[in-house]
Amino acid sequence: MFEAVAFYLFAALTLVMFTITVMTSQALYALTAMAAGMIFISAFFFILGADFLGAIQIIVYTGAVMALYAFGMMFFDTTRRVVEKRTNPRFIIVLGAISAVLVALIVLAPIVTNNLNAYYPIDPSVGNTQAIGMVLFTKYLVPFELAAVMLLVAMIAGIVLAGKKMDKSLTLMAEEEIALLHASNVTSSTEEAH
Amino acid sequence: MEITLTHYLVLSTILFSIGLIGVMRRKNLLMLFFATEILLNSVNIGMAAISHYRGDYTGQMFAFFIIAIAASEVAVGLGLLIVWYKRTGKIDLDLMTSMKG
Repeated sequence: MFEAVAFYLFAALTLVMFTITVMTSQALYALTAMAAGMIFISAFFFILGADFLGAIQIIVYTGAVMALYAFGMMFFDTTRRVVEKRTNPRFIIVLGAISAVLVALIVLAPIVTNNLNAYYPIDPSVGNTQAIGMVLFTKYLVPFELAAVMLLVAMIAGIVLAGKKMDKSLTLMAEEEIALLHASNVTSSTEEAH
Repeated sequence: MEITLTHYLVLSTILFSIGLIGVMRRKNLLMLFFATEILLNSVNIGMAAISHYRGDYTGQMFAFFIIAIAASEVAVGLGLLIVWYKRTGKIDLDLMTSMKG
């Protein structure tokens, strides 16, 4: 009973939050609604007994990813309303058909795979975090190391890409200097284009 | 009133559809990134639910790797987006037609 109430409550909240994220024309509303939606999703993980996954969801998504988006949004003009252009209706119909097939596959998947055996069965004698550690560092050690290398590559890529021209502080410069900088930017980019 | 695996899979599918709608209708690249995050998160719910109802840790493991991939995707994607915005002043998808094809 408690599980059902929690499931329906958080399902409704998550759906509302993500619908706001997708439908709003203000970038700031989208960001806040998505951060709330991420926290509500972690509630499902706690209901399902995946405690460690729920904690990681809160730390990584609402802590790191959302902070990164908030940081990135400082660079963009977020007060401007987002304009959506109408696309070709035939394109939308094709994409909708593909999505429908995908949905059917997802719903059919548990019926088709009813006779599967558990690879790494859940052991009730140890806690979730301990069991996750044991499986992750024995059976999934190589993917874990690869994920670590991938995160390192992503971090270096992020620093290199976003760190360009970080030495010039736009807030401390006069308007003329900024205009000059933009003019040199435009000429250099056009030179690259040629 | 018991919550079964189907409940979670239907919820995961609905969230995935919301993300797909976002990917289809957004032209602003930042909003497109938000929609991709929704897609990844909806799949994570399905993974954790299957892990719970099948009594297997594999689903949770895959959810961890999906989270790691999402984090690195955001780092690289936002870096590229900032570079593009510094160059052009816009992050609209329709204006990224520099290739003559």
